[in-house]
Amino acid sequence: MHRTKVRVVEDALDANNTIAQANRADFDREHVTVVNLMSAPGAGKTTLLESALVGLDEEGLRVGVLEGDVAGSFDADRLSVLHIPVTQLNTDNGFGGECHLDANMVRSALPAVALDDMDVLIVENVGNLVCPAEFRIGEDTRIMVCSVTEGEDKPLKYPLMFRACELVVINKTDLLAHLDFDADLLERNVKQVNPDATVMRVSAKTGEGVEAFRAWLKALPERMGDASHGHDHDHDGHDHDHDHGHDHHDHEQVTTA
Amino acid sequence: MHEFDLSSAVVTTVTKHAAGRQVQHVTLRIGRLRQVVLRTLEFYFAIVGKDTVCEGATLEIIDVPAVLRCNTCKNEWEIEIPAFICGTCGPGAVEVATGEEFMVESIEVEDEENAACTAPR
Repeated sequence: MHRTKVRVVEDALDANNTIAQANRADFDREHVTVVNLMSAPGAGKTTLLESALVGLDEEGLRVGVLEGDVAGSFDADRLSVLHIPVTQLNTDNGFGGECHLDANMVRSALPAVALDDMDVLIVENVGNLVCPAEFRIGEDTRIMVCSVTEGEDKPLKYPLMFRACELVVINKTDLLAHLDFDADLLERNVKQVNPDATVMRVSAKTGEGVEAFRAWLKALPERMGDASHGHDHDHDGHDHDHDHGHDHHDHEQVTTA
Repeated sequence: MHEFDLSSAVVTTVTKHAAGRQVQHVTLRIGRLRQVVLRTLEFYFAIVGKDTVCEGATLEIIDVPAVLRCNTCKNEWEIEIPAFICGTCGPGAVEVATGEEFMVESIEVEDEENAACTAPR
């Protein structure tokens, strides 16, 4: 049999990255800074948002949340009391689904996201330390939440995730008194894997340290606005024309099957 | 666990470049920092590739070491553990030289003209 060799030399994730760029172009057009929020299941992403987003609009920052989950709207229901735009994005068809969000799933949810009502969109990814790190969704920056019940060695086991994030929030510090957990060692391990990472310690439950996280969020749009004039962004923002309706819903359900 | 989605991405990319031709062989270039389990990737590639032009294709993987470069002292070194710090200059100026690749390098497809020659005229 005769074969023809075809030289390809293409990133296998290009298809995802192309859609991520289209998302990014939409976000940029609406002047929305987008955060990809990731963690292991149960690290406290939603609790952190519940604690940190209260009253931010009165301080001049309008935040919306896109809640990614394998199933259900438990997290979106919790956030709905904040009276901010929350959109639920499920990755399943009823019995559990994808372990991460990719650019196409986020794109399918965008018509339901009120981008014109927000300065920052926080996309709460599916709880998972592996797959979400692989798939860009069109975000400006990535945050991960790491809790003190998870073990100090996690950065060394999941370097892909820890290297992908600009900010690492160490959560549940209120439990430190009850655990044999060395938060300094965790922080050293984070810095070994990602020396440029900003590390914060918070207790989303008691509110300790949350003010620093709020300040980080409030400074984000201006910082990312400045960065967009340089070359700091992941994506070079190919312009794709794509119109979305921006009907305002406080709690919109989207399912990708 | 990410190997299933990564193998899907490979099949998508290969299918695009195969342009309808049956694929015999795929060469991937994968950096160590991607934390891909190669046997698992092969396993899923066979499943995801079923009923596509990738069905039955063999997979070859070029394993790329994780090499860091210090922009201060210009040294390059291979790492075996995730430590992104220069032993001489400390953190801050270290970048990844190789090891983050997840590329489809090349594919081998059935030659259309030769395939046509075997057909009765």
